[in-house]
Amino acid sequence: MAIIVVDVMLKPEILDPQGNAVAAALPRLGFTFAKSVRQGKRFEIEVEGDPTPAQLAEVEKAAERLLSNPVIETYCVRVEN
Amino acid sequence: MRVGVITFPGTLDDRDAARAVNLSGAQAVSLWHAEADLKAVDAVILPGGFSYGDYLRCGAISRFAPVMELVIEAAGKGMPVLGICNGFQVLCESHLLPGALTRNSDLHFLCRDVEIEITNNETVWTTSFTQGEKITIPLKNGEGSFQCDDETLAQLEDQGRVIARYVGNNPNGSRNLIAGITNERGNVVGLMPHPEHAINELTGPSAQGLGFFTSILQAMVK
Repeated sequence: MAIIVVDVMLKPEILDPQGNAVAAALPRLGFTFAKSVRQGKRFEIEVEGDPTPAQLAEVEKAAERLLSNPVIETYCVRVEN
Repeated sequence: MRVGVITFPGTLDDRDAARAVNLSGAQAVSLWHAEADLKAVDAVILPGGFSYGDYLRCGAISRFAPVMELVIEAAGKGMPVLGICNGFQVLCESHLLPGALTRNSDLHFLCRDVEIEITNNETVWTTSFTQGEKITIPLKNGEGSFQCDDETLAQLEDQGRVIARYVGNNPNGSRNLIAGITNERGNVVGLMPHPEHAINELTGPSAQGLGFFTSILQAMVK
């Protein structure tokens, strides 16, 4: 069994108020390491056996069409065993 | 004149939208998202709410509802479509309108009356207004910040496709204070604030929202 992971992030030029809020909260807790924070989404898609190139191509399509909004977001598909 | 009002699971403002349509003198027709049938309507309104619980992204799942396939096709042929709030989000997800609506810049859900200026009174949804007319209607959403890339923004501005702008402070971080836009043809309009909640002074801040609904009636009668 493998997990296909799709990470979706807002494009760098799109304002991310949630990420900004997290960045502002960190130093209040004494964590001073963050220059900036961006928040995104992660999808974990379970498939039978090792994903085939055809399956991965389908996931790419789904990421483009449904999982992300290409107007404001980018996505990245990878396999985790 | 029949105006369809679509109900998705989680839509809230379909009744108010239907009431506004009826008050303007047209006939409101209820359309269910799962039915691939536009019931011979002359125009369609996508009302506000939280269709599909706003899961994934606002409007992302509604965009694939059976009724939306017909709306997208009809809009391409020139049928007037108005998306209010969540409806605006659905229209952007459907790529009937450019850009996207993202989380309000201050992260708060806003529910307040706002003043907007009508900056294009030539679309089928805005002819009842005068150019530059200022109206006060409610704004109520958590993800109302209009975002798009620089090229799209320049296109919207150059082609006069910003139909309404917030007056004064920017309530949600929308680029260029954009409250509403239209497509190139001018038949599809998306608007963040809610004209259907401002159709009489007893229940709304004004009756100025009615203009959107009388506009479409005038446009169709012509």
